[in-house]
Amino acid sequence: MLTTIYALLFYGAAAVLVFGLGFRIWQYATTPAPLKIPTTPAPVTKGGVVLRLLREVVLFESLFKANKWIWVFGWLFHAALLVVLVRHLRYFIEPVWTVVALIQPIGVYAGFAMVAGLVGLWARRILVPRIRYISAPSDHLMLLLLIAIGASGLVMKYFVRTDIVALKAFFLGLLRFDWQPLPADPVLLVHLGLVALLMIIFPFSKLLHVPGLFFSPSRNQVDNPRERRHLADWAARLEQGEG
Amino acid sequence: MSERDKDMGGESTELSAEDFLDPLEIPELQPGVMEDSKPYEAAPEFQESLGFPGELVPDWKERAIAMIGELRDKYRGFRVYLDACVKCGACTDKCHYFLGTGDPKNMPVARQDLLRKVYRRHYTFAGKYMPWLVGAEDLTEEVLDDWYAYFHQCSQCRRCSVFCPYGIDTAEVSMAAREIMDEIGKGQKYCNEIIGKVHTIGNNLGLQKPALAATLEDLEEDLEDDTGLEIKLPLDQKGAEILLVTPSADFFAEPHIDGLLGYAKVFHAAGASWTISSYASEAANFGMFIGSYENMRKVSLRIRKAAEDLGVKRIIFGECGHAWRVAYSFLNTLAGPFDFLDQRYPIPQHICEYTYDLIQRGVLKFDKSKNDHIRLTFHDSCNIARASRMGDKPGGQFEIPRAILRAVCNHFYDMPEDTIRESTFCCGGGGGLLTDEIMELRKKGAQPRMRALQEVAKEHGVTHMAAICAICKTQFAKVMPEYGFAMDSIVSVHQMVSNAIILEGARDGADDDDEDEE
Ligand code: HEM
Ligand code: SF4
Ligand code: SF4
Repeated sequence: MLTTIYALLFYGAAAVLVFGLGFRIWQYATTPAPLKIPTTPAPVTKGGVVLRLLREVVLFESLFKANKWIWVFGWLFHAALLVVLVRHLRYFIEPVWTVVALIQPIGVYAGFAMVAGLVGLWARRILVPRIRYISAPSDHLMLLLLIAIGASGLVMKYFVRTDIVALKAFFLGLLRFDWQPLPADPVLLVHLGLVALLMIIFPFSKLLHVPGLFFSPSRNQVDNPRERRHLADWAARLEQGEG
Repeated sequence: MSERDKDMGGESTELSAEDFLDPLEIPELQPGVMEDSKPYEAAPEFQESLGFPGELVPDWKERAIAMIGELRDKYRGFRVYLDACVKCGACTDKCHYFLGTGDPKNMPVARQDLLRKVYRRHYTFAGKYMPWLVGAEDLTEEVLDDWYAYFHQCSQCRRCSVFCPYGIDTAEVSMAAREIMDEIGKGQKYCNEIIGKVHTIGNNLGLQKPALAATLEDLEEDLEDDTGLEIKLPLDQKGAEILLVTPSADFFAEPHIDGLLGYAKVFHAAGASWTISSYASEAANFGMFIGSYENMRKVSLRIRKAAEDLGVKRIIFGECGHAWRVAYSFLNTLAGPFDFLDQRYPIPQHICEYTYDLIQRGVLKFDKSKNDHIRLTFHDSCNIARASRMGDKPGGQFEIPRAILRAVCNHFYDMPEDTIRESTFCCGGGGGLLTDEIMELRKKGAQPRMRALQEVAKEHGVTHMAAICAICKTQFAKVMPEYGFAMDSIVSVHQMVSNAIILEGARDGADDDDEDEE
């Protein structure tokens, strides 16, 4: 029963995440950007744009210029999240890749770092009047959700250990459409439930900053309007309508 | 000239002795202090002449909500910006209007949220069913009032966009909001009247051809008196090589005129054949400020037509900030392709690029000591700094004007690094806000720039600030006295060029520095 519920939950959540995000990306990709609006100074070549985006994704360059505190907490959280996600791959692949195996030792610290970063961000959201002013309940709850996911994970790691072998069998079973029983530990059920929730709200929330960054014209456009004429379809039709 | 000097009256032209204040100082939040700052609304006739409803339409709510969806489908930037903001707060202390007023709705993200909350209410799942959760709100009269007030407290300067991790550009949101308000019949007087004048007469001032011709003749006489040379300011000269498109303020206001005289001297020294057009006697394009692609295009097409009719080979733009953005970034899109122009030169070219090139080639000679009474700094105008380029390298828009200034004067000092170049502060009057009924906002918005200027004035004895934007010049001439500077401490870059340039055969001793003349 429990296994069935969680199996269906994860199939559903994965479908929402993949199709939802795919739909958003399709929307962003097909909406025209009629004018050249990169924030300058901007790269004058495509390669330069790739580098600019890479710096934004890896280093949070603009955020670094803006505010060192948000940058420290935000970068810590995201970097740790990445390590944690890679670490979790061991539950889904067999045999485990070397990178994933190698990352295991720092993975332990990553869990704490992630929660620390999130707590720092939340503290600012509550304590800094400017940021409190711009926060809606959902902004607090998103942080709470991620902290709860991180904390429940750490609880399993250090206090109430769960049956990892059985868990891995469950996820591999999901991937192979050959369901295996899920260990019925309360903390694990909470952890997995929250992760599924996160996957479901991803395409409908501010987590759209992930695809958004890559489609932001102020960041992804090449600065070459004099060299090349840039014309959106609807603008071309506007011209023809007159012609 | 004397009249303005008298205007200045007893007001001190020196700095007060108090320690300088941090331009980046973050104020306490003061909710609502600026909610009554609103520019006049456009009269029905001006609305209608641009194709907008004369007054607020009965179904304005539905129309406005529908427009949000339409714009979202037309502009990728608008769509992504509405979705991507994580409310990280990085932009909250980046807007000069927030720094100057403390009104939280002048924090860029809060300004976006005025529109985003309505977007969420009608276009997102959470906003439809759980509006309280995501801060979604219905469009009400109060919300519309807020839109009108606060989207006219954004000079579309893009400073926030530099610092946002996703480049979210509040300027784009403001443009969209203004377009929506125009479409429901709540347009702004200042912008819409001006756009109307450009469509019918050809410039923001409504200056007719005979008046323009007379002005240019007067200026030619002044130049001859000063230099003993016949330096021309040609109008509508068919077959000229270069069409100069410059903000119409260059024809009548100080210190703009001195900049125009500077261009004329540069063209003269280079032996160039050039002309101004009476049909396209305006570089400014306020169509951008109201977010209207159609209006922006219509204004741009006048320039194309003037270039075709006059048979020129090159187009050069005078000193104007947003005009250079539209010219550099949009002209090719809006009115191109320009295959009838000489492809060996950038299309269009900035007057600073032109002058810089001549300096590099050793064509221009200067006597820097002519500017020795001036200790100078440079104000990067936002649209040039963050929405355009000069030369072929990124950042040329910062280096080329500075290189010109260094070539023509001995005392140049930059303001603090975090207030110039890409981090430059708006003058406080950009984006269609250069109108007197919102003077309080303009003065407060100038505060960060003025504090930075006070710093270099104190540290390096800076007396003047140069700019390459007609709006900046007008705004500074107006607000600088508030901050302890004389109104003529704002100068044109080409005014500095004009002071120092050595023209062959010119009478020496002609002293044409930054004196006012009207
Ligand atoms: C390409 C990958 C990503 C990039 C470049 C990125 C970038 C950023 C940046 C620059 C911020 C603002 C600074 C901050 O508050 O931390 C941010 C915020 C945030 N990110 Fe990401 N992110 C990425 C992926 C993710 C993922 C996968 C998640 C969650 C599952 C996530 C969750 C969040 C949350 C919740 C916030 C808001 C934090 C707050 O409330 O202050 N991000 N992201
Ligand atoms: S910096 Fe960008 S993402 Fe952060 S609050 Fe401002 S607009 Fe939103
Ligand atoms: S574009 Fe400039 S004026 Fe507008 S919100 Fe951003 S910083 Fe403020």
